[in-house]
Amino acid sequence: MKKAFVASIPVMMGYIVLGMAFGVLLESKGYGFIYALLMSVFIYAGSMQFVTINLLTSGASLMSAAIMTLLINARHMVYGLSMMKKFEDMGSLKPYMIFSLTDETYSLLVTKVPKDVDEKKYLFFISFFDQCYWVIGSLLGSLLGSIITINTTGLDFAMTALFVVIVLEQFLSSEKHFYTYFGFVISIICLLVFGSGAFIIPSMLSILGGLFMMYKRGGQIHV
Amino acid sequence: MYELLLIGVVAFVTVLTRAIPFLLLKNKSSPFIEYLGAVLPYTIMPMLVVYCLKSVDLLRGNHGICEILGVVSVILLHLWKKNTLVSIFGGTIVYMLCVQILFI
Repeated sequence: MKKAFVASIPVMMGYIVLGMAFGVLLESKGYGFIYALLMSVFIYAGSMQFVTINLLTSGASLMSAAIMTLLINARHMVYGLSMMKKFEDMGSLKPYMIFSLTDETYSLLVTKVPKDVDEKKYLFFISFFDQCYWVIGSLLGSLLGSIITINTTGLDFAMTALFVVIVLEQFLSSEKHFYTYFGFVISIICLLVFGSGAFIIPSMLSILGGLFMMYKRGGQIHV
Repeated sequence: MYELLLIGVVAFVTVLTRAIPFLLLKNKSSPFIEYLGAVLPYTIMPMLVVYCLKSVDLLRGNHGICEILGVVSVILLHLWKKNTLVSIFGGTIVYMLCVQILFI
């Protein structure tokens, strides 16, 4: 539990800051504390919750909300795909592990588990702590937003910074950087071809397709 | 009521996207799934960086100056201090100062 807490500190930082940004924004649109709580407990998906604020204020239909969620969160399917083995023997904790599989939690769960810990508990507490940070952050933001007005422009860069650090760490810890380059090249090509609104799905399909072909040609796990 | 329904729909579809692989593949592991588990993180994280920076337009507006400054700060801080918190916090402050002070 202690090791899980230490491992989750980077996400604590990102989630509390980003959660606060979310809470402040939600409050500024006239949705109070209880909405922040409901959304962070039950939706628990960073970028999607920001989008949900727009959906609420624009009075979007339930159908368009469902489609939007499907498109924005489609990348989670890929996370699940690569976590199937790890979650296999999580028993009664498995449903929660699946529910709470966010971008950041995923990035922590795929890093190496310390040797002398109970893997099951370690993984669960990482996921659980992460959601606690997110809920606390959004509640703090909601409260803060109702008290003072601060200029939060640019605060959401915390998420970008977090991802950049993760990629850098992966880059430094691997020898061949093939898969990192592959990810950048495919997604930038898809961004240029399909535009910022629609490139995520083609990127994921191309990445999965590309990896499948490499696997068929005897792709090595050596990264 | 509408608000609650909408939040419910978003929550349901979100958990659905996370659960689909587990529901469809019934937990049957295969060498390919293991291969994906090992290499996918290295490929998906760069994609998420691109996703975060997708709205940057190098040709118009601020030419992505703040984003470039922010990302470079994160990388340099991280190579220097090797401390994730410092890198994220520092880079975010640089970015916020840039968008709030330089471009208003």
